[in-house]
Amino acid sequence: MTGQIVTANRLTDGVVVFLTPAAGWSDAVAEAALFDTASAAEGLAKGQADVARHIVVGAYLVDAEPGPAGPVPVEFRERIRARGPTVGVRGAFDVPAAFDAPAEV
Amino acid sequence: MYRYDDFDRAFLEERVAQFRDQVARRLAGDLNEDEFKPLRLMNGLYLQLHAYMLRIAIPYGTLSSLQMRRLAEVAQRWDRGYGHFTTRQNIQLNWIRLEDAPDIIAALAEVDMHGIQTSGNCIRNVTADQYAGVAADEIEDPRIWAEILRQWSTNHPEFSFLPRKFKIAVTGAELDRAAIRVHDIGLRMCRAPDGSTGFEVVVGGGLGRTPLIGKTIRDFLPKDDLLGYLEAVMRVYNALGRRDNLYKARVKILVHDIGAERMAAMVDEEFQAIQAEGGVALDPVLVARIQDHFAPPAYAPAPEGPPEVLALERADPAFARWRATNTAAHREPGYVIVNLSLKPHGRPPGDATSGEMRAVADMADRWSLGEIRVAHEQNLVLPHVRQADLPDLWRAAAAIGFATPNIGHLTDIIACPGMDYCALATARSIPIAERLADRFKNLDRLHDIGPFRINISGCINACGHHHVGHVGLLGVDKNGEEFYQITLGGSAEEDTAIGRIVGPAVSSADVVDAIERLVETYVDIREAGETFLETCRRVGNAPFKESIYAAA
Repeated sequence: MTGQIVTANRLTDGVVVFLTPAAGWSDAVAEAALFDTASAAEGLAKGQADVARHIVVGAYLVDAEPGPAGPVPVEFRERIRARGPTVGVRGAFDVPAAFDAPAEV
Repeated sequence: MYRYDDFDRAFLEERVAQFRDQVARRLAGDLNEDEFKPLRLMNGLYLQLHAYMLRIAIPYGTLSSLQMRRLAEVAQRWDRGYGHFTTRQNIQLNWIRLEDAPDIIAALAEVDMHGIQTSGNCIRNVTADQYAGVAADEIEDPRIWAEILRQWSTNHPEFSFLPRKFKIAVTGAELDRAAIRVHDIGLRMCRAPDGSTGFEVVVGGGLGRTPLIGKTIRDFLPKDDLLGYLEAVMRVYNALGRRDNLYKARVKILVHDIGAERMAAMVDEEFQAIQAEGGVALDPVLVARIQDHFAPPAYAPAPEGPPEVLALERADPAFARWRATNTAAHREPGYVIVNLSLKPHGRPPGDATSGEMRAVADMADRWSLGEIRVAHEQNLVLPHVRQADLPDLWRAAAAIGFATPNIGHLTDIIACPGMDYCALATARSIPIAERLADRFKNLDRLHDIGPFRINISGCINACGHHHVGHVGLLGVDKNGEEFYQITLGGSAEEDTAIGRIVGPAVSSADVVDAIERLVETYVDIREAGETFLETCRRVGNAPFKESIYAAA
């Protein structure tokens, strides 16, 4: 059952964060609260409230599916946003090996 | 190169103090995002896909070893230890914390760097030929005029709220290495019959969603008239540019709508009015001072074609190949221009780690009079190298992976950051570049294919200049899958051309195979000595289309 999660960027450092069930923010998408159609607007309102309180920037809803370890965004772009770039920079920055990008030839 | 004076430094210190205060007010909640966003953008601080991104201006692509070291330090201390050199000759840092931003721009200001006018509807960083001042085919160093334009356009009150961003490129050479015909204004230095130098003025080029080649509105503009004339261009654009539609707001749309002749006439009329009011005076003392900054360095005498270098060329094919591909003729006998390829196998095009930046700074100090250039193809250039130093430099470049002999070849790919980093992107660019580089990593094959430019953009905004790639790839989203539209026959040089779309977009899984089949077709049908672009112009898209869409 596809639901929605609330995402934003943390004001202080720009890090991508997700609204948790406790109405806090986590940088781990797996800890995001998954809202159904009925409660999504309420979740977004909580996110917007933290925009107004200068905790996060640009809160919005993202389609997500429940996964074994927590919600997973549906859109590829949002998966990249949640997990980081799919490419590393040798010598500086490694990509998490578990990145579930589409299979490549 | 240009060095800031007390005025420049005071200006920058003021900006740093202002920005520090603005960030403090934002963090304290006294400014909301709508109020703060234009202020951070004025300093090059964007909010991107993953974090804040800082775009740092490298005016006309020239920087000192000191500045490069500072970039390395900033990337290491406040980011993730790497930066991305862009097609605008700038550098971007992708993981900036807002809390650190004031300290970062203060650290950059200490070495005369900033992110001012790297965003917003103003005149952006003026770009230039990366070989400026040293190219064998150059009439005059265009950076003198790029610097004058930088000073004129910085905080210019009349041009701070243009309909849209505005990009100027300048070259002083025969060969166009600055892609001047795909800029809002392109300036090409040329000679009048009386021997005096001036500019051909090209207006209305640009890529993005509506790719157009700029039109010449003035064949020869005397240098003293440059600022008055450009002021006239900007005024016409400011008055008539489409402010009602973001996608039609660039000057190229205006020039396209009214035609080059009408544009030229209106600019002339405005220019006459400016002249009648006394003109935009160029203080000769100021010009002379800037000229002095760009006076050629005192080159120590150096032998032309030193025997030990020629001997190494004969003995070591790898060195010979690198020299043939990655160096360019220098105006000074005994010297050579060296390109450092930021396209090593298995790395995002244009990226450099802090360690590599420091190594490049060391190389510049040792072998290039402390000077470095950024090319719009996302490579670095050492402009003042003694030919005798080539072997040592080659080994040092190879040690950090920047000696791949692929400049201007198929794996010297221009690629925007794409959906891996960019909030605007519709598909990824870097993985395609990496897979192509892997497929064509055999150097014998690469060199047999010859000059070949692949440019990749992750969205219609065309930061990867895909329209002017010999082969252009534009990433598009098809029902959540990444597909790539292929264009053929583009060029960013003096024979500027916009590539033509071949057919339906190709899936991410198929695109590398499709390009390989296209390359094989070229190798099969080319005439002796014919480059891919020449073959493409001779035979058109049809044979390539057939190979791209051939069942794998």
